[in-house]
Amino acid sequence: MSAPNTTADFRANAAKAVRDPVLQKALGNLRSGFQANRARARAALPEFDALRDAAVEIKEHSLDHLDLYLERFEAQVIANGGQVHWCRDAAEARAAVRRICDAAGARNIIKGKSMVTEEIGLNDDLAAAGLKVLETDLGEYIIQLRDEMPSHLIAPAVHLTREQVADSFTENHDRAAGAPAPEAPDDLLAEARRVLRREFLDADLGITGANFLIAETGAAVIVTNEGNGDLSRLLPDTHIVVTGIEKVVPTQEDAATLLRLLARSASGQELSAYTTFAAGPARPGDADGPAAFHVVLVDNGRSRLLGGEFRDILRCIRCGACLNHCPVYGAIGGHAYGWVYSGPIGAVLTPALLGLEGSADLPAASSLCGRCEAVCPTRVPLPELLRRWRRRSFAATDPAASDKSPAARRAYAAWGWLARRPRLYGVLLDLAARGLHRLGGRRGYMARLPFAGGWTAARDLPAPEGRGFQALWAKDARARTAAKPTPAPEPGKRP
Amino acid sequence: MLAGRATETGHPMNENPPRVGLLVTCLVDLFRPSVGFAAVRLLEAADCRVEVPRQTCCGQPAYNGGDEDTARALARAMIDALEGFDYAVAPSGSCAGMAVVHYPRLFATDEEWGPRARALADKTFELTRFLTDIAPRPIPPADHDGPVAYHDSCAGLRELDIRDQPRALLDRVRGLELRVPEDAEQCCGFGGTFCVQYPDISAHMAAAKVEALAATGADLVLGGDLGCLLNIAGKCSRDGRPLRARHVAEILAGMTETPAIGEGGAG
Repeated sequence: MSAPNTTADFRANAAKAVRDPVLQKALGNLRSGFQANRARARAALPEFDALRDAAVEIKEHSLDHLDLYLERFEAQVIANGGQVHWCRDAAEARAAVRRICDAAGARNIIKGKSMVTEEIGLNDDLAAAGLKVLETDLGEYIIQLRDEMPSHLIAPAVHLTREQVADSFTENHDRAAGAPAPEAPDDLLAEARRVLRREFLDADLGITGANFLIAETGAAVIVTNEGNGDLSRLLPDTHIVVTGIEKVVPTQEDAATLLRLLARSASGQELSAYTTFAAGPARPGDADGPAAFHVVLVDNGRSRLLGGEFRDILRCIRCGACLNHCPVYGAIGGHAYGWVYSGPIGAVLTPALLGLEGSADLPAASSLCGRCEAVCPTRVPLPELLRRWRRRSFAATDPAASDKSPAARRAYAAWGWLARRPRLYGVLLDLAARGLHRLGGRRGYMARLPFAGGWTAARDLPAPEGRGFQALWAKDARARTAAKPTPAPEPGKRP
Repeated sequence: MLAGRATETGHPMNENPPRVGLLVTCLVDLFRPSVGFAAVRLLEAADCRVEVPRQTCCGQPAYNGGDEDTARALARAMIDALEGFDYAVAPSGSCAGMAVVHYPRLFATDEEWGPRARALADKTFELTRFLTDIAPRPIPPADHDGPVAYHDSCAGLRELDIRDQPRALLDRVRGLELRVPEDAEQCCGFGGTFCVQYPDISAHMAAAKVEALAATGADLVLGGDLGCLLNIAGKCSRDGRPLRARHVAEILAGMTETPAIGEGGAG
């Protein structure tokens, strides 16, 4: 069984995450690595921003004509000798995969990395049907050993330290009794490779995701750094691609444009180590390749987003740049978000796929610093999309769909009422400035304050200077009118 | 009334100085009037006539909290207050960004308020941007001895492209050495109501930010947004770091005789 959905426990998850020294160590590595690498890759490509514009155009055009390109893609897949399975939701997608497995008589399934299969809960379903499923992406393999969800779009085990990985290998891999797993990353990698190689050769069915689907050729583009996608695709008799309907683009040229952005945005590489175009089963004369090729096209709420205010999220190419640059993700990691998708993209996607009930904290827990949008290769306006969820959350009558407690809602309403009454607001603000100034005492800071526990738990609150600006200004203006000629204000000398 | 008056720099004011409405910002109003007076001093030194129409808040907390009705009500009041001026200037990238970027969005389909919001957006500026790019005259150089670290606030940086303007102004301050912290574009964790709604995350971000700022070796941090500065100063105070915080306008206006943020204790 993989980890349960804990989206509704976001606050508790986050509180735990910021106090977890092992997680914090793992996250520290992530930020410095991914951020610096992307910056280098971006700086080395002068046309990077022009490519982003082109990418937006490609994705928007594809979404505008999604039905057309999906049907063209299907026709090409069929012409290449494969089959396409259209699935409205997660249950239909799981059933489609199981039907293919049954028809193929598959027992041993190997998988390349796929977020959509995580989204639809495929592994648990196949395991429940008595099939053996093995993840072959190193990160996915590690979290499968640990019964965890991926904590990152492209680096699913990024929340773990090397020591934790070694522990999992010690626990799960056959070795001389009592002998621990090696400690050096290369040795761990070699051990995983040794274990997985055997499984690749035994497998009778391979499942991968797809980064793009190409309508004109019927190919699924799979990007990896480990080559496990190719082995999952080529060695077993049957290859199933499971992916979302928004992945389709018209031409190979379009996919090439997006590929130039994908790895640079994700890991800072110019291209991933392996870029595979999987276009159907092996043809006569091919040296290798599967005998059967299936594409499971998953909607699962995506077509509903197409016509609504969250449509822009369908441009996402799952590079993970928004996670890598998000200070909230950097503070709490992916698991705190509670489900498959994390970071800014997860905060927009999770309520869209699961509903706002129970996930309202995700779009609310952002300082809206805007860095996600600034690094997004397809210019998804993530802060604005977060705000749109907040609007729905504010309008929701179901408390489970609201990010604010009833008390917080009342405080908001009182402030809103007051801020619409400038005179009263001015009087009360000046009073508050005086009162809080006194409360600050000699030190000038408040270490505790009623209703501000959130601020003062880990910070002092600087005390106000003592009067409201507008109150002082009004006094100043009166003084200026009384005394002529008007002196320049000497604000610095103010008491 | 003010025509012919000499500014503090001694230059005669021009006959028709631009009229600037100051968008005070509610945090400056409540916590640090010095920033407002520093902004006024700078704008006057740059040959502007400054007025402060009665105002409350730009509406950003409501806007980011999902309450668009309140945001619109406050935005309408702010538009009313500021649209009669040649320019509106805010000592904050965040509040200026609200007027420049978000007011037009709030009234995108409103036939009456849409054009008024867009008109205000076109003449609203963050203070350092106004001083470098728009004001009739450059401000006179100030003095400050020693290194300072600069914190780029997110809204100014990413909504209004405020990056070079404060650096250009600080570059002309005699004796000042500007130090940019590592991860300079990373949020300090303030984020408006975010900081009290998700205090664990916010405080964690603040800790990372003050560490990076302290690592510059400077004992003073400057920034263009009071929210971030309150957050940074409050975190430094709690953690016992000898790092003080001021709004960049205070240094530029030579108003360092006032205590740094949070340091002016009551009698």
